[in-house]
Amino acid sequence: MAREGLTGSRIRERRVISGLKQADLARQVGISASYLNLIEHNRRRIGGKLLLDIARVLSVEPAALTEGAEAALIATLRDAAAKAGLAAAEAERAEELAGRFPGWADVISTIYRRIGALERTVETLSDRLGQDPQLAASVHEVLSTAASIRSTASILVAEQELTPEWRNRFHANIDQDSRRLASSSKALVSYLDAAEGDTEAASSPQEEVEAFFAARDYRFPAFERGEESLDALIEAGAELRSGAARQIARGILEGLAQDAERVPSEALEEAVLEFGIDPIALARHFDATVACVMRRYAALPERPSGLIVCDRAGSLIFRKPVTGFDIPRYGAACPLWPLFQAIAAPGQVIAEHVVHLGRSSAEFRCIAVAEPVGNASFNRAPLLNATMLVVPMPTGGEAPASDHMQVGSTCRVCPKAGCDGRREPSILREGL
Amino acid sequence: MGKHVLLVEDELNIIEAMQFLLSREGWQVDSHSDGATAMDRVRQIRPDLVVLDYMLPGKSGMDILKELRADDDFINLPVLMLTARGQSRDRDQAERAGVSRFMTKPFSNQEVLNAVRDLVRAQAQ
Repeated sequence: MAREGLTGSRIRERRVISGLKQADLARQVGISASYLNLIEHNRRRIGGKLLLDIARVLSVEPAALTEGAEAALIATLRDAAAKAGLAAAEAERAEELAGRFPGWADVISTIYRRIGALERTVETLSDRLGQDPQLAASVHEVLSTAASIRSTASILVAEQELTPEWRNRFHANIDQDSRRLASSSKALVSYLDAAEGDTEAASSPQEEVEAFFAARDYRFPAFERGEESLDALIEAGAELRSGAARQIARGILEGLAQDAERVPSEALEEAVLEFGIDPIALARHFDATVACVMRRYAALPERPSGLIVCDRAGSLIFRKPVTGFDIPRYGAACPLWPLFQAIAAPGQVIAEHVVHLGRSSAEFRCIAVAEPVGNASFNRAPLLNATMLVVPMPTGGEAPASDHMQVGSTCRVCPKAGCDGRREPSILREGL
Repeated sequence: MGKHVLLVEDELNIIEAMQFLLSREGWQVDSHSDGATAMDRVRQIRPDLVVLDYMLPGKSGMDILKELRADDDFINLPVLMLTARGQSRDRDQAERAGVSRFMTKPFSNQEVLNAVRDLVRAQAQ
């Protein structure tokens, strides 16, 4: 996403914290509420005087409205530096690079992400070649026929003294093999074309799903009210290019519909005013699971929060980011996250005040719980999904308390010293 | 009588080209295109070298290689494996199973002839 792409979310967060209504802020900066709404949903770019005016009304530095975007950019640059094997001192200059040469920093970040996507494509295709018997047989047929033609043609060219009998036989073999090659390569292309309609090999379905949800700000009010069908929603999702992505998104949206029926947004808003951000009390109030309440809370329009879901293997299967709490796009996340504690104690609700050791050392209240998925079986441990709600905590500009749990994004870009959970060295400091 | 090579390959036109090339080099060439009975043929003719395709009907070249290496009579028999599968894990697997040389299709005639000469030379030392 371009750097400007997250500024709108940041403006919305700051406006909500300030207790200003959208219409009030719009009036004070001389734009329509509908235009501000587009900005806040990252559908219009913002900069220049309007950004300065909004910052003034919200009583924040203009940079504070863009720092979320910058943090994401800097995290990507640090990732790129780590992969390129840059020395720690050089990698630490990512922030300077983003500040002094924002255009070039965007270029590096975009290319790095593109390389990551292509590497995954190669890996997927390689796996497909190794594991898809039909593709392996087709490729074997094409290459074997090519080997035969190459070998025979070389003999015809190199051997001047061939007897007419051998020459005729080799000509016939080449004719036969070239027909086979034409036919087998056509079959191979047809097979690959058919697979391409379902573009699983070309990109990650998970990324397509994330793009789909991010473009809609993780909210589907018309769908929740029954005014938009699931099929229409999926059909309109241009981001969902592959069949796998559409299937994943459908599963999530079906769950969302069930959640919304049990915990409607308006009712949740009222209940939060009564109980506060207490998922256990809210779950009791709605007779819903704690994870369901947290998913619904994360979808509330005026309450900035992040949501992360992982499966029993620790793979992140849903990410709704929140400013200051970096979630790694690739590779393993910080093992200190309460999300992973929850996996070890299914059903137990874990609440931790954490400091995320990013650029701004932001503070969050993380609430996590692991709940079974699927049907129960005798003598078999259930599959689990852990869900973690990430709620930003106002700090009033003070340094975070030292007794709060310190967590990171992923080891490579985490500065935490003496961490028992560290899997690999950080590019931000020497040694483990 | 020259040394004896067995081509275990199901592509008949490859067999024909290889037969032509190796015969001119003085080899006595036999061929077999069924993986399931390839070991019987090896035991029957006891070749000095086997050129083995990876993908064969009946039994894979990899399984035949493992059977050869499990048999004391053929534990040191030079085996040149030809394959359309060039993935590094296939090569690793073949090397672990005791292949003498691994070559991916489409190969050049000269590469095959050089490999065969190298293997025979190494065997003689």
